[in-house]
Amino acid sequence: MTAATLRARAEEAFLPPVVALLIALVAGDLLILSVGQSPASVFAMMLQGTWGNAYGLGQVLYKTTTLICTGLCVSVGLRAGLFNIGGEGQLAAGGFAAALTGLALPAATPSVIAVALCVVAAVAAGGFTGWVPGVLRARFGAHEVITTIMLNFIILAALNWAISTRLRVPETLHTHDVRAGAVAPLASVIPAFHGSAANLSLVIVLAAAALTGWYLFRTRGGYDLRAVGLQPEAAEYGGVRVGRVWTRALTLSGALAGLGGINFVLGYKHYYEDGFATGYGFLGIAVALVGRNNPWGVVLASLFFATLSQGGLAINAVVPRQMVDVLQGVVIIAVAASVPEVRRVLRFGRWRSVRAR
Amino acid sequence: MSGSGKRPSDLRSDGLREAPAVRMSDIHKSYGAVQANRGASLEVGVGEIHALVGENGAGKSTLMRMLAGLFPPDAGRIDVNGRDVTGWSAASAIRAGVGMVHQHFMLIPTLTIAENVVLGREPMRGLALDMAKALIEVRTVAEQFGFTMNVRERVRDLSVGEAQRVEILKALFRGARMLILDEPTAVLSPPEVQELWRVLRSLRADGGTIILITHKLDEVMDVSDHITVLRHGETVATMLTTNATPAGIARAMVARDVDLVTVPATLPAGAAPPAQPPLPAAEGASRRRAERAASLTPLQVQSLTVTGSRREPRVRDLSLTVSPGEILGIAGVEGNGQTELVEAIAGLRPVAAGSITLGDHDITALHVHRRAALGLAHIPEDRHRRGLILDYSVADNLILGRQASFAHHPGGTFDRRRVLENARERIARFDIRPADPALPARSLSGGNQQKIVVAREMGGDFSVLLAAQPTRGVDVGAIEFIHAQLRAARDAGKAILLVSAELAEILALADRVAVMYGGRIVGLMPRAEASVDRIGPLMTGAREGAAVPA
Repeated sequence: MTAATLRARAEEAFLPPVVALLIALVAGDLLILSVGQSPASVFAMMLQGTWGNAYGLGQVLYKTTTLICTGLCVSVGLRAGLFNIGGEGQLAAGGFAAALTGLALPAATPSVIAVALCVVAAVAAGGFTGWVPGVLRARFGAHEVITTIMLNFIILAALNWAISTRLRVPETLHTHDVRAGAVAPLASVIPAFHGSAANLSLVIVLAAAALTGWYLFRTRGGYDLRAVGLQPEAAEYGGVRVGRVWTRALTLSGALAGLGGINFVLGYKHYYEDGFATGYGFLGIAVALVGRNNPWGVVLASLFFATLSQGGLAINAVVPRQMVDVLQGVVIIAVAASVPEVRRVLRFGRWRSVRAR
Repeated sequence: MSGSGKRPSDLRSDGLREAPAVRMSDIHKSYGAVQANRGASLEVGVGEIHALVGENGAGKSTLMRMLAGLFPPDAGRIDVNGRDVTGWSAASAIRAGVGMVHQHFMLIPTLTIAENVVLGREPMRGLALDMAKALIEVRTVAEQFGFTMNVRERVRDLSVGEAQRVEILKALFRGARMLILDEPTAVLSPPEVQELWRVLRSLRADGGTIILITHKLDEVMDVSDHITVLRHGETVATMLTTNATPAGIARAMVARDVDLVTVPATLPAGAAPPAQPPLPAAEGASRRRAERAASLTPLQVQSLTVTGSRREPRVRDLSLTVSPGEILGIAGVEGNGQTELVEAIAGLRPVAAGSITLGDHDITALHVHRRAALGLAHIPEDRHRRGLILDYSVADNLILGRQASFAHHPGGTFDRRRVLENARERIARFDIRPADPALPARSLSGGNQQKIVVAREMGGDFSVLLAAQPTRGVDVGAIEFIHAQLRAARDAGKAILLVSAELAEILALADRVAVMYGGRIVGLMPRAEASVDRIGPLMTGAREGAAVPA
C-alpha cells in the first residue's frame, strides 16, 4: 500500500470524529453563551475538573473503563451487522454475577483466583444475555433490536427484584460487600489517584479491547464476523454459517458488556447496587459510533465521553449539568451526519491536488 | 476550463450541419481516486441514434449521468441544443426534454403501468388523483409512439422487456425528445431486443435523439448511426457506423487487437454465428479429454425442484448431467430459474425435491463449504452481492471460501504471510490490476473485480465449476481472458455448467446447449446444432417438443 492510500485511510478514519467534535465545540460555545457564561472559562473549568487534577482524571478513567466495555459491545454487534442495544442489561447482569461470585467465595481465596473467577462470571453472565437474542435471531429471525431492548427490561426488573427482596443490605438497594475478588484501586499503583474510583479493572478492560481488535482483524472468526456484517450473502457464499456468526457475535458482544460490571462491583464499591448500569448501555452506542466500531477508536471515544460526563459535574456550579447531555447529543448527531459529508469533501480535495500537479 | 482534449468535431469524419443536440467538451469527473472522465467529449446530432461504447469503467455511464443532470462535472462544458447547461439539475434536464432510462428499472411493481408513468406528475382533480385522465393521457402517449400495452396492467406482471418499455414510456410522457439508454439490452431476449430497436427507430423517425450506452458491438452495428468510443474516461474515436467495423471499434475500445472469435458481442444477433474455426488436432484433443474424463467428476442433477421465497416452484423437476471435459451452456432469458438452479447446486438455496451428486457424493444436503471441499467451484452471477466482499481487500477476497485453511488452527489467527503469498500469486497469474493486494475490492474496475472471483474459484483445485454470468458487465479484454480460462479448464477435464443471458457467449463456449424456460429445460442440443434462430424462440417459451433431461 502506498503512503498516499495510507494517508487517505487515516484521514477518513479520523476526520469525521474530529469534525464532529469541532461542531460540538461550537455548539457548546453557543450553549454556554446562552446561559450568560464565558465559554473559555467554562471549558477551562471543565478541563481543570477532569484532566487538570489526579482525582478528576481518576474519575474520568473510571467512567472510561465501563464505557469501553459497552462501546465494544455495540461495536462488535455492528461489525456483524447487528444492533445490540441491550448493553445496559448485559452490563448489569455481568456486575450482578461478579458480585454473587464474590459473595459466594470464601474470604481466604487468593486474590488472583478470586478476581479471575469473578471476571469469568461477569463475562459468562453478559455472554449468556447476549446469546439469547443471538439464538432468537439465528433460529427464528427475531430482530435483535426488539429482543435486546426487551431483555433489558426483563433483566433489570429481575435484578431489581432479587436485590430488593433477597440480597440487599437493609435500607439500601445494594448487596453486602464481596468477600473475595476485589480489584485494587489504581491508587495502589499510582498513589496520586487516591480517592478516585479508578481501579485496575481498566487494565483488564484494555486487554479485552486489544483482544477484541485481534479477534476482529487477525483471526478467521473475525473475518467471518465482519463478512457477515458487510455482506451476509457473500459470507454465506464463502461457506460462513451466518446464523452461527450472529449468535457468536451477540454472545461476544454481551460478554464484553458484562465484563464492564467488574469496574463498579469489584473495583469501586465492592457490592452490586441496583441501577449502577443506568445510562452506560446507551452511551455505549454513542461511543461505538464516534469510535467508528474500531476497538482503539472505542477506547479514545470512551475517554472523550467520560471526560464530558465528569466535566459536567465539574461545571455544575455555573451551567446546568444537562447542558453536557445536550452536548453529547450534538456530538453523536454531528458524527452521524459528518461521515459521508467529510468523505465527499476529502475525495474532492484529493482530486484537485492531482489535477494541480 | 480550456481543454487539451480534442473536440469531437476534430475527430468527426463528417461535417455537422446544425447545432448538435448534445455537445459535451473536455468533461472531467472523478470519484475519490478514480477518474471516471478525463477530458471526455461527445457530440450528438439531432435525430440520430448515437452509440456510446467502451469497456467497463470507461466512464460511459458517468458521462451520461452528467448529461441527465444527476451530478455536475468537475470541469468541462455541456451544451444541449446550443445552450450551455453545464451542471444543470435533473429537473431542468427533464424540462428540457432529456430523459434517461437506467440499467436498473425504477418502477413500483405493485402499481399499474399508467400509475407508474404518471408518478410525480399525476393529473389531479382537486386533491385527488384523476385516474381516468391519467389513463387517457398515458394511452395517448403510448399510441403516439407505437407501444402496444395494456396500461392498466400491474408492473409486477410484466416481462423485463415490457418493463423496460414502460421506463421509456415514462421518459416520453415527461416530454423527452432525447433518450439516454444505459445498457438497455442486458436483460432482454433476442426478440425483445428487436422490439426495442423498432421502438428506437420509430422515435428517431419522429425526430427524437437517442444515446445508447452499450459495450455490445453487434448492437452498435445494428442500430446506431454514429459511434463514440470512450477509453479510460477519454473520447478516443468518433465514427459513422457505416464506416465502422466491429474489429475497428473493439480496437479503439481496448487499444489493441482483440481475438474477436472469443468476443460474443461481435456475433450479429439474429444471424447464425460464424462456424468455430476448426481446432487443431481436434480429434487428439478430444481423445485426451475423454481419457482424463474417466477419472474425473461429473455433476448430476436428478429431478430437482427448487422453490422461491413464496414457495412457488422456480426450478421444476429438472435433470441434467455435466461430464468432465464439457461445458454445458444454459441459455435462457433471466428469471427462468437459472439463478435458483445454480444456487441450489452451490448449496445456497434449499432443495425441495430431487438430488444433486458430485461424482460419487450425494451433496444435496451438504453445507456450502463441504461442497467446495469436494471440488465444487462457483462463480456467482452477482459479484457485488455474493462474489465479493467489496470492503475487504483483494487479498482477503482471494481467500473467501477457503478462509479456514489460512488460519493457524480453526478459528485462530490468520497466517498473513500465506494470505499475501496467495494473493500475489493469483494477482500475477490472473493479471488483476492494480496489482495491490491491500486495495479494497470496491476500488477495482468491474473486469478486475470479476478476475478476483475467477482467480479465487479457478486458481486452485476444483473438478466442477458453476459459472453464472461469468462475464456480465466486464470489458472486452476481461471477457476474452475469462473465456480462455473456461476453455482451458474444460480442456483440463473440468465439468463446467455455464449459465449466461448472452446467447452469443453460450454459443462461443458451450459443447452442449440447454435452454431453460419456466424452470425447465425446454431444449437440449449439441453446439453444432445450436443457432440463434433455433434457441431464440425456445428462450421465449415457444415449444420444441417436451421438457428434456440434459
